[in-house]
Amino acid sequence: MNKPSFNWLEPIKVGLIGGLVAILVSLMGMVEAFNLRDIIGGVITMGQTMVVITFVIFANMAVRRTAQAHLDVEPPPLHLLLSGALAGLVTAILLAAMMLVGPLINLRAMFMNAKPDLYAILTYKTSGAAGIILLLVVGTVLGALTAGLALLPARVRQPITLALIVVMFTGLLQELLRVMLGGWGDFGKLFTWMFADRGLSVPGAIVLFIVVAGVNFLWGTQGGRVRQRVSVLPPAGQRTLRWTSLALVVVVMAVLPRVLGPYPSEVMVMTGLFALMGLGLNIVVGFAGLLDLGYVAFFAIGAYIMGVLSSPEIGWLGIHLTFWEALPFCVGGALLAGIILGVPVLGMRGDYLAIVTLGFGEIIRLVALSDWLKPYIGGSNGITRIPKPWVGPWELADSQTLYYLVIAGCLLVAFVSTRLKDSRMGRTWMAMREDEDVAEAMGIHLISTKLLAFATGAAFSGLAGAIFASKLTSIYPHSFQLMVSINVLCVVIVGGMGSIPGAVVGALILVGAPELLREFAEYRYWFYGLLLVIMMLTKPEGFVPEATRRRELREAEAEPAAAGAVAGR
Amino acid sequence: MDILTATRVTKRFGGLTAVNTFDMEIKEQSIHSLIGPNGAGKTTFFNCVSGFYKNEEGMILFQGKSLDGRSPDQVTRMGISRTYQNIRLFANMTAIENVMVGEHPHLRSNILGAIFRTPGTMREEAEALEEARRLLGFVGLTGKGDLLAKNLPYGQQRRLEIARALASKPKMLLLDEPTAGMNPAETGEMTAFIRRLRDELGITILLIEHQMRVVMGISETVTVMDFGEKIAEGTPVEIQNDPKVIEAYLGRGSSAEALKAA
Amino acid sequence: MLQRLTRRLSLTNVLMWLIGGAILAVTVWGAVVTLASGKYAATTWADLIVAGLTRGSIYALLALGYTMVYGVLRMINFSHSEVFMSGPFLAYFVAVPLSQSGFLDQNPLLGLVLVMLVAMGVSTGVAVTVERIAYRPLRGAPRLVPLITAIGASYFLQYTFRGLFGTGIRAFPDVQPLKGNVTIAGVSIGITQIVVIVSAFLMLAALYAFVQLTKTGKAIRAVSEDKDTARLMGVDVDRIIMITFAVGGAMAGAAGVLYVLLFRQIHFFMGFIPGIKAFTAAVLGGIGNIPGAMLGGVFLGVIESLFPNLVLDSLHIPAPYQLQDAIAFMMLVLVLIFRPTGILGERLAVKKA
Repeated sequence: MNKPSFNWLEPIKVGLIGGLVAILVSLMGMVEAFNLRDIIGGVITMGQTMVVITFVIFANMAVRRTAQAHLDVEPPPLHLLLSGALAGLVTAILLAAMMLVGPLINLRAMFMNAKPDLYAILTYKTSGAAGIILLLVVGTVLGALTAGLALLPARVRQPITLALIVVMFTGLLQELLRVMLGGWGDFGKLFTWMFADRGLSVPGAIVLFIVVAGVNFLWGTQGGRVRQRVSVLPPAGQRTLRWTSLALVVVVMAVLPRVLGPYPSEVMVMTGLFALMGLGLNIVVGFAGLLDLGYVAFFAIGAYIMGVLSSPEIGWLGIHLTFWEALPFCVGGALLAGIILGVPVLGMRGDYLAIVTLGFGEIIRLVALSDWLKPYIGGSNGITRIPKPWVGPWELADSQTLYYLVIAGCLLVAFVSTRLKDSRMGRTWMAMREDEDVAEAMGIHLISTKLLAFATGAAFSGLAGAIFASKLTSIYPHSFQLMVSINVLCVVIVGGMGSIPGAVVGALILVGAPELLREFAEYRYWFYGLLLVIMMLTKPEGFVPEATRRRELREAEAEPAAAGAVAGR
Repeated sequence: MDILTATRVTKRFGGLTAVNTFDMEIKEQSIHSLIGPNGAGKTTFFNCVSGFYKNEEGMILFQGKSLDGRSPDQVTRMGISRTYQNIRLFANMTAIENVMVGEHPHLRSNILGAIFRTPGTMREEAEALEEARRLLGFVGLTGKGDLLAKNLPYGQQRRLEIARALASKPKMLLLDEPTAGMNPAETGEMTAFIRRLRDELGITILLIEHQMRVVMGISETVTVMDFGEKIAEGTPVEIQNDPKVIEAYLGRGSSAEALKAA
Repeated sequence: MLQRLTRRLSLTNVLMWLIGGAILAVTVWGAVVTLASGKYAATTWADLIVAGLTRGSIYALLALGYTMVYGVLRMINFSHSEVFMSGPFLAYFVAVPLSQSGFLDQNPLLGLVLVMLVAMGVSTGVAVTVERIAYRPLRGAPRLVPLITAIGASYFLQYTFRGLFGTGIRAFPDVQPLKGNVTIAGVSIGITQIVVIVSAFLMLAALYAFVQLTKTGKAIRAVSEDKDTARLMGVDVDRIIMITFAVGGAMAGAAGVLYVLLFRQIHFFMGFIPGIKAFTAAVLGGIGNIPGAMLGGVFLGVIESLFPNLVLDSLHIPAPYQLQDAIAFMMLVLVLIFRPTGILGERLAVKKA
């Protein structure tokens, strides 16, 4: 068999695309904005890491394509290395071109970020021709290294990749961790050597890398044995194990606010609220397959009912309730709204339903904003002085205490969702989601079934809204934009439609992470958009897929599906 | 006694008349086949019976009651169940869940029962699970309950679809090409199985089929359809020798041969 | 119990028709009261109608993209609003030097045509790229997936522009010859408005001719009717879909230039509201129906323009113009509830079993 010759074209093509992406990222200002954080103090910043990541991604793509081109023949390592290096080089060339050509054609007039500062970052502060050459070398070397990484066996590659990611995130979160450790007194002081002024210190990074890679490697090789040991435990032993791990989780969750400090607790509260809404929307979108783009409407209704009923500012109603007294009205009101809004629209096709619900959400926001209802619900001035909840003698005044309320809410919704999923109702919803026409033929009444899902989801959104209003103590119409609905939808989808742990994971990724990394705030929705597209193209079932979770163990026994079998809908 | 009577049923799609003044009577507890070249209107007729389409003219009576204007879920509650030409299982649900959905018309528990796990709900769920297991066993899928429907091999998917259709305790079953894509051994099994359905469960079977061996083997009556109209009806032997039927299949190559050979 | 309740669809239907009737009654009453009171002069109404026609023609151009894509792919192209935005945004960088050198003021026709070509080119490029990267791989996927991808693409594009060009609002340069009004039949109309209406009309006519008379246009209609049969007839479906996106994109780019000629402001978020309104227009006219989209656009523009003064004013709603956008959403909701097939009727069959 002839060894196929090296295909120059593919890596160059990939490199060109990579170069364009790198230019885009630079011109969007991400490189500069992220430059404020060091990953490893004095060595590499987040901004430079962005460029590195771009090189790595596209080199990886080139390597993968070269490998695929060889079909089932084992691709020669040299080819892979070459393709990685070549892609990296081409990407770097385009970046260099931008830097050289930019000042000549006054790129800055159009793209405000095409500044010398940017160029300095790209060339690691080396000026002139040396800087350009440095950039090219870095690109090529990174490309080759990526290819090299791909060549390693998975046992070795995974720990390395994981360790790199952990080091990157630890460097990013350095500030936060420092504050946290500060609150831990002497124990915290043990770790100060790991951090530099900004980012990790060099020894800190190295040690962290080794530790994480080592642990992951060990788990990879020895983990199977541990799992085996566990599975042969007697049922009593397994139960004890499960209860102890559960107890551990509960303890950790309970002390988390104290451990993390006030700012991360604030983040946890917002994440929790979005997880709560995600769990609610999960019932609508995940279980029943109804695309609701107006979910924020119910959130707003819950919040406004709480505001109107409990704030001393609103006088026309003549009553001022406490948080707990108003709460049932918020949930009930949202539920009712779900029914009222649902009845006219639930007969519609999927995409129409999406647009109509979007319309509803916007109408409610615009009406809340208008002067028309201003005397009743505050208009653009919103409602302020909403009281915080009291539990017995304690006021849940700050994030660290409100956290518990949010967690309780999440647990409640998760509990109800789990009960519903494994019931006749859950099956009915899922059947409807899978194939509406056949479900109807099975005797399922579509509209009332959809209405139940819709209303249940609405009720939970109202709950989240009520907590939100109380937490912020003042609400304004601009908090209830379409963006919130889209956010919650992303949370559900990224986590995994229909998956209950997925909603939590989604919230952590899409709400928790950006809140912790403030530079990302500018680009948050750019990442959202990108993430949504990429996930739909590669992993539409989400990070914690519903179906696999349910039958993880049994899946292994399934016989291979023959051709002509039903395509997954 | 006729369990189903269709009188002058006509269904049009814009300018195309898919089913044209079609008459058919099906005797209770019989196995009745509906055959005809592709595009003859057989599945369209099924859809009219099961409520997916509303026929413009004509009348369909099931056990004396009119099916006119009934929605699919109402038709199912009246006692008619069906399978589909391209298998339409709930792909991402397990086999047993698919069957349990089929039991829907007979279950009562609602959303509140689900949340609070009332004793009544729990009992009903256990019984439903038991019944679903029994049905899986009946179609030969014991032990496969926890597999996702989309992961089952083709033949088992067909059987699962039938199990699901049986779950609603129908009096009549519409099977749309149940042996499509099967080899002779599997076809033989399916044929025997269909007979069991009628013999053991007393269900009337209306069958759309292309494999003449099956049609001639188990049907008591065969109705032949072409261009939306009934062109012949009778026992299998009568149909085999009917010149109109032969002409309809002539030029469709192997079908004509198969007709003779079956 | 809930089942039986909602199965009395007659009850819910009756309720809905009552609500619809109430809304209609209130609208008519408000209109009658306003007209009877003579609060506004005839010239005001004329102005409002002209303004409505102008905006409506822009909506019509934009709606074409939505309707055509829905026709061939049965999906709502959420990112079309960003296609709309990208054209004029980048064309701005051509318009500014043209204006500064005086070229634009001296040769307004040529200058604007140039600007428009740039915008149309950019928009077409964006539309086709999105189709290639984000939509084509998902052709067979369940309905939800491409919709979500479209939403993602929309946000991605928006924030790419935001990142590249910043959050500031840019003003499209003045075109001197376009300033001022003329009086036609006693009505004072802005020259810009005339330019918008005439250009839009020309392009709509061209598009209609394209779709009805050319071979490609017929292929597009064939693919809209039945993709599989068209493929069997030898139509290169992938290419046709790409052309559909391209044409829709070009129209959007043109609409974008007209929009900024009228409203002057360019910023990264400018596509959202016009996009929704254009989609409303497409649905109003009957989604998938090209003349319907044109009609729907004009209709929406006029209603939106007249409604605050005509109806809301008499209902004593303060600052009724605040609710102008809400009117469009309301119309969308009402149309989808009461007549989802639109004014001219949808021409897409729905297949069941």
